[in-house]
Amino acid sequence: MNINGDEVTRDIEPRTLLVHHIRDNLGLTGTHWGCDTSNCGTCVVWVDEEPVKSCTTLAAMAGGHDVRTVEGMETDGVLDTVQEGFIQCHGLQCGFCTPGMMMTARALLDRNPDPTEAEIREAISGQICRCTGYSTIVRSIQWAAKKEQETPVEVSAS
Amino acid sequence: MTITEPGVEENANAVPTPDNNLNDQKPTGFGRMLRKEDPRLVRGLGQFCDDVELPGMLHLAILRSPMAHARIVSIDKTAAEAHPKVKAVITGADLAAQNLAWMPTLSNDVQAVLATDKVRFQHQEVAFVVAEDRYSARDALELIDVEYEWIDPVIDVRKALDADAPIIRDDLEGKTNNHCFEWEAGDKDATDAVFADAAENGIIVTEDIVYPRVHPAPMETCGCVADVERVSGKLTLWSTTQAPHAHRTVYALVAGLPEHKIRIIAPDIGGGFGNKVPIYPGYVCAIVASLVIGKPVKWMEDRTENLVSTGFARDYIMRGEIAATKDGKIRAIRTNVLADHGAFNGTAAPVKYPAGFFGVFTGSYDIEAAHAHMDAVYTNKAPGGVAYACSFRITEAVYLIERMVDVLAYDLEMDPAELRLKNFIQPEQFPYMSKTGWLYDSGDYEPAMRKAMDMIGYDELRKEQADKRERGELMGIGIAFFTEAVGAGPRKDMDILGLGMADGCELRVHPTGKAVVRLSVKTQGQGHETTFAQIVAEEIGIPPEDIDVVHGDTDNTPFGLGTYGSRSTPVSGAAAALVARKVRDKAQIIASGMLEASVADIEYEAGTFRVKGDPEKSVTIQDIAMKAHGAGDLPEGLEGGLEAQICYNPENLTYPFGAYICVVDIDSGTAEVKVRRFVAVDDCGTQINPMIIEGQVHGGLTDGVGMALMEMISFDDEGNCLSGSLMDYLIPTAMEVPDWETGHTVTPSPHHPIGAKGIGESATVGSPPAVVNAVVDALKPYGIRHADMPLTPSRVWETMQGNHTPPI
Repeated sequence: MNINGDEVTRDIEPRTLLVHHIRDNLGLTGTHWGCDTSNCGTCVVWVDEEPVKSCTTLAAMAGGHDVRTVEGMETDGVLDTVQEGFIQCHGLQCGFCTPGMMMTARALLDRNPDPTEAEIREAISGQICRCTGYSTIVRSIQWAAKKEQETPVEVSAS
Repeated sequence: MTITEPGVEENANAVPTPDNNLNDQKPTGFGRMLRKEDPRLVRGLGQFCDDVELPGMLHLAILRSPMAHARIVSIDKTAAEAHPKVKAVITGADLAAQNLAWMPTLSNDVQAVLATDKVRFQHQEVAFVVAEDRYSARDALELIDVEYEWIDPVIDVRKALDADAPIIRDDLEGKTNNHCFEWEAGDKDATDAVFADAAENGIIVTEDIVYPRVHPAPMETCGCVADVERVSGKLTLWSTTQAPHAHRTVYALVAGLPEHKIRIIAPDIGGGFGNKVPIYPGYVCAIVASLVIGKPVKWMEDRTENLVSTGFARDYIMRGEIAATKDGKIRAIRTNVLADHGAFNGTAAPVKYPAGFFGVFTGSYDIEAAHAHMDAVYTNKAPGGVAYACSFRITEAVYLIERMVDVLAYDLEMDPAELRLKNFIQPEQFPYMSKTGWLYDSGDYEPAMRKAMDMIGYDELRKEQADKRERGELMGIGIAFFTEAVGAGPRKDMDILGLGMADGCELRVHPTGKAVVRLSVKTQGQGHETTFAQIVAEEIGIPPEDIDVVHGDTDNTPFGLGTYGSRSTPVSGAAAALVARKVRDKAQIIASGMLEASVADIEYEAGTFRVKGDPEKSVTIQDIAMKAHGAGDLPEGLEGGLEAQICYNPENLTYPFGAYICVVDIDSGTAEVKVRRFVAVDDCGTQINPMIIEGQVHGGLTDGVGMALMEMISFDDEGNCLSGSLMDYLIPTAMEVPDWETGHTVTPSPHHPIGAKGIGESATVGSPPAVVNAVVDALKPYGIRHADMPLTPSRVWETMQGNHTPPI
């Protein structure tokens, strides 16, 4: 698979879950393991730009696809605006659900650059945060949306 | 020292945008400051327990009992041992041979590490496997053959003390029933006398109230990596613990390891909420495994294991009674409680407080008398009791009193806000000694209540409600006013397993004026690395960015009891302020030498020491730091260096309070409850970082909505836990909660060095009664005076049909 732009090849057991493959075999521990039942969403990563729950995805299913994790959000040392928004608006406390929340938020803003509060809440409704009570997460995503509208993003040729 | 005036509004919670900058611009001290933790966490570079990877590390998995109560007839582990990737299979009998099968709980009970004689709750630990990888360890569990002999379980707590109930704790010598402990508070005779008088001349209201079993369910489950170094015998344990120092001492007592050969590291913790205070069998198993095999061993629970076996919360069945005058003056409060402690008393409360701080059930009201009686019992359920941000059972106490006040308002046909305002302890009565012996340090309740009513538009909402009731629509307004007792606690009467509940703090200022502060408490998301830097900055004027906060590592921090019960700011925060003042005092002496003035003539402000009357003559804390470590003479008798250490023993708890108002709408066709608005006005004394305080409140409010409407750990008659996944144990998502509205008043604590009180659990304590009161208020047209949590659509529907039953 391609992970955060790097091609990796591994021999794995067929039953290996994507979350364990990313964490244990590839050493990218920003993606977390939280519930096994697709309820908590701390394991959300992108497969071909689609947010998926990696605790209920077999690693083999991601073979040949592009996987992006929280470690792939920062570009050349510059934080993604979503990451910046979470810092500015206190969108995280313990930080355990945060990578999954941010991956979903990034996917939302890529599809809908100016979401309403209701649209943001619906987008993250498959994920659980025990610390923040969600208001500051909503504000973080709104912060990022506003920032991106004010600062046109350069689209690279690639 | 900055102490704001009581009742003064500061730092209103505004929403950050890319175009404003709400962060405090002053170089040091209190105010909105972005968190120092965040840059690593948003990059996915936090290090949580399961992220720890050591060379040669093995994986441990635990076999759990399928039955709630059964004798272990035999265990055959030969097939599991034959698995090619398995390194060890250990049973209770193996541990018993090393005298390690049982361990003390934090309440001076004992708990089985691995069951030897029988299992006492479903999912109790029976054996463990250590294997080369986590999948193989799980595979091998399937190969262990255990034969059980069924024993009837005790699941209905109301039947636990029946004469014919099976005895759960036959491991305890002479135990002939399932009684765990009895507890009493207040003055029974005085209380009964007031009730007798009220029966003649006033009103008595009585209600049976259940606070069901719930679970903190932090996003990160519990786990550890144990690494015993072969030659030195030193154990390093990376562990999901809120109390690393207390755990170290307990491990020394359990495993017989010398305490200096144990290092506990609590890395980043993915939420705790009290779930990570107890010592669980899994930790002990991993230590034993590493000792036996000589390699690092990792144990991480899955979600089911976390929900079914680790520290639950609540499980109180309460009868509440209020005696009052007919015009609504509360005179006395009486309660009788049946507490379900599960199979082992695993409560993590100060030893002399087996019911935690439930004794503050008299709430925020000035009354004549109060009395509480409690029986705690064993049942065939998982152990625990004090968790989920409960402030040592204050959740239950506040729920009881705030529900009962609404019951009284219902019978008196009084407005519940008016009834509360009529009964508040008045500001001039502080410090106030409650009728159950709690000394409330400071409070000014009416401004907080009025502010919450103003923010939500209370009078308009009541008008809207009246209109809607005429149209048959269900809308409810619920109020809760709470007072908490947090910051355990004075060592004269508070300890856990003999360890006084004090906290140490060490501050070193380096030659260049940068500093490191070392704490005995440990963040699980509260933001200690930021808040504690701000506390020190406020005291000695070094910018928070220049102060490194070290915590969660017993080899590198002073002893103290850890983070739970909202105690970090009240206890450790006080320690940080006082240690900084100690350093500042020394700095002032050095400054006097540098400025050639007497110490008494030096004045300090924001990191600069000046000669009184000659402001041009000054040195900064950074100048002094270099001087303290540099060449040249220091004032006579002064050692070099600029550092200090203290151990802070609080003289009292702190008593934060708050006024919460919730508005709900109920769909009369589906009985679904929608929380429309929620206003929380909190008073935690002096505010260090209002952004972090607001975050703490938001999280607790969400927990409260969860408990009130969704969450419950339930069991069937055979003791099968029915809430073993997040599909069955429902936690609020962003869809179930409103956009939170917060405000605050500031009433400093008189005995805390910076006037701060705890805030971590206020909202978890205060919000459940506000939500339930709102739902019951909405159902008033149905003649409903009380309904028990969780108020799921089906339970609300049954209540509307007149078929309300307690959840247990």
